[in-house]
Amino acid sequence: MTTVIDTVSKTPPPEGPGPQSAAEKVRQQARDKGELYKPRVPIYPKLVHGKWRRIKWALLILTLTIYYVTPWIRWERPGALPDQAVLVDFFGRRFYFFGIQLWPQEIYFVTGLLVMAALALFLVTALFGRLWCGYACPQTVWTDLYIYVERAFEGDRNARMRLAAAPWSFDKLWRKGGKHAVWLAVAFGTGGAWIFYFRDAPTLLGEFWTGRAPITSYISCALLTATTYVFAGHMREQVCTYMCPWPRIQGAMLDDHSLQVTYRRDRGETRGPHKKGQTWEGRGDCIDCHACVVACPMGIDIRDGPQLECINCGLCIDACDEIMDRVGRPRDLIAYDTDFAVVERAAGRTPSYKFVRARTIYYTVALAGVSALVVWGLANRTPLDLHALRDRSPTFVRLHDGSVRNGYTLKIANRTFAPHTVEVTIIGVPGARLSTPGEAAGAPVRTTIAANEVRALRVFVTAPPMDAAASVPATFTIRARDTAATTETTFLTGVETPP
Amino acid sequence: MSERERDDHTGTETTGHEWDGIKELDTPLPRWWLWTWYGSILVAIVYWVLMPAWPGITGYTRGVLGQSDRAEVAQELKGLAAQRHAGESRLRAATLQQIEADPELQGYAMQVGASVFGDNCATCHGAGGAGGNGYPNLRDDIWLWGGSLDAIQHTIQVGVRSGHPQARGETVMPAFGRDQMLTEVQVSDLTEYVVALSGRKANAAAVGRARQTFVDQCVACHGAAGTGDVARGVPDLTDAEWLFGSTREAIHDQIWNGRNGVMPTWEARFSPETVKALAVYVHANAGGVAEPVAPAKAPGGEGVAAGAAGR
Repeated sequence: MTTVIDTVSKTPPPEGPGPQSAAEKVRQQARDKGELYKPRVPIYPKLVHGKWRRIKWALLILTLTIYYVTPWIRWERPGALPDQAVLVDFFGRRFYFFGIQLWPQEIYFVTGLLVMAALALFLVTALFGRLWCGYACPQTVWTDLYIYVERAFEGDRNARMRLAAAPWSFDKLWRKGGKHAVWLAVAFGTGGAWIFYFRDAPTLLGEFWTGRAPITSYISCALLTATTYVFAGHMREQVCTYMCPWPRIQGAMLDDHSLQVTYRRDRGETRGPHKKGQTWEGRGDCIDCHACVVACPMGIDIRDGPQLECINCGLCIDACDEIMDRVGRPRDLIAYDTDFAVVERAAGRTPSYKFVRARTIYYTVALAGVSALVVWGLANRTPLDLHALRDRSPTFVRLHDGSVRNGYTLKIANRTFAPHTVEVTIIGVPGARLSTPGEAAGAPVRTTIAANEVRALRVFVTAPPMDAAASVPATFTIRARDTAATTETTFLTGVETPP
Repeated sequence: MSERERDDHTGTETTGHEWDGIKELDTPLPRWWLWTWYGSILVAIVYWVLMPAWPGITGYTRGVLGQSDRAEVAQELKGLAAQRHAGESRLRAATLQQIEADPELQGYAMQVGASVFGDNCATCHGAGGAGGNGYPNLRDDIWLWGGSLDAIQHTIQVGVRSGHPQARGETVMPAFGRDQMLTEVQVSDLTEYVVALSGRKANAAAVGRARQTFVDQCVACHGAAGTGDVARGVPDLTDAEWLFGSTREAIHDQIWNGRNGVMPTWEARFSPETVKALAVYVHANAGGVAEPVAPAKAPGGEGVAAGAAGR
């Protein structure tokens, strides 16, 4: 099942001229002098053009738009309830998502959503590799945006390297300064957008600039500004290789049939420079131009095989395709391909692609199961919720005529946006009469719960002396005009059971 | 220290340790890790300057921000007192019935009551107020001294046999056996009579013998029917509640030794507002009805009703 493609040991690092990958430089440095701490080798990814780059731009715009626009979408709700479509209301202890409203005790829906997200991630990884890392991860998206800003101020790869090496001058100062200023502005925009998810956006915007916003808003904004600036501007690929657990975990989801950004060794080797007019017979298509290496935002050489650092962004595919077009060879020397296909082709067989595998089947089944559960749960939420808390001290009280009274606190939650008047009943206790404190037993027990509120209602259940077990099961029911809810509880009869 | 060795594959030195042929790479930490560490040291130094940090011989470095947990607690207590003041003045102005009718004020009284009850009353009456042998159950509908809001408030204020000039409990249960007012046989017969009063099976011969003793000794307080007298705190002998136990042994013991309950006066200890809150709390826990037990049974002896004036 598992084919280990250890290309690192088979292919010695290329000698002679040509840019080295950053990863290779780090290895080189370590070889030269053993150090306690490893400095970061700066990476200057070169701009590429092509299919994957266009998809990445599109997804960058899409994901950032979702992030910045969502808190500003309005959604009418009755009364004093917030009119923000997506709002995590910590003060009011509610989570609003368009027509859905979740209470803190329904956090399991969020858990379900996270489990769904995790399973979907597993499935996508098993099928297509690290699509999440390459296209949708905030770290990737914001780093891409930051590199775009960097390029606007300092130019492409070569210009940036020259500028870094150049002595300080006015030109270098304004370029570097401008870049950092825009970076900080973007970071502030990121942190600023975040806080709108937790408080009414238009109100908070006003409060924020007049110093009246809660201190948590300022702290959250400052924290996200700092992390965005540091992670996307300075840390970049180090976040993925050192901090993120996902690159380590993904190995468990990938197998030989997962699509990954792959250098097709079978076609590329033996690599070497190629002059116009020379024959392509007896050699590989790779002309060792390092276009894939200089385009890589992670600073690796994809020709070394699958690596922990590789986020599968596909930029090396675009870079290589450009070169292949120029030298008149077919595209896709680097492509989304499987380890299995590479091995098959190398052996002279036609590879097949297997998308339906045990792994993908059980990820799909698990995902479908959890999704169905969450949807079913959401569809069957009762608008009213009832819980009965028994009095524990004392558990029961004997009245003057020998009858026994149990006290309960009923917690009635009204999850709707309209007030509900409910009538409380109890079944299961022979001859039981229900009452509320201050009222005579036997009269109907009614109460009104305001919209979107929980009400605690004290009730007494009084039953004549009975010949029964020490406790009998009982059921409380609340009935409103168009809905009902029940809860199970216990009634203590006061009968002493023989030991 | 063992000899340093370089791994060919990664170009990294090994630590020199080896377990069954597996060697550990001495992979260098990334540089940013080092900067994070320096940053933490810097934060610590800034903290020392701003906040209380270093202990000395006579005190400690106070920090330029002047932060003090003790001062914060004092401030919070002051705020709490101010908050309570508002509630207390509302309790003072309202009658017990008004407090009970106002859900917000009642809620406040219940909280005050629960706290005070737990600290002072629970010792005898139990955490939930269910009482115990010799200590009345405050959750049921049987009240020795009356279960209305005003009666409860008064009982809390003056106590029972507490030494307070207005204390409840001028009547006492005599120790018929111990003080040799009745013989052992008479007390045993009376026990059967009392058991019969509460509707239980009893020795008919003994009940017959005790009838005259009951009229002579007990009716003056407990009434001819044995239904007691709330005004004087005389228990009803016909209901299901027994303060000192329901068994024959317990009843015999009570006639023989005549125990009398004592409850302290709380007037000196609690403010009038606290007593009000406590009365509302106890009343609500017992069911919250205006008069817990409707006088379903006709009063027993003629002489009983006559002496029932006053508190």
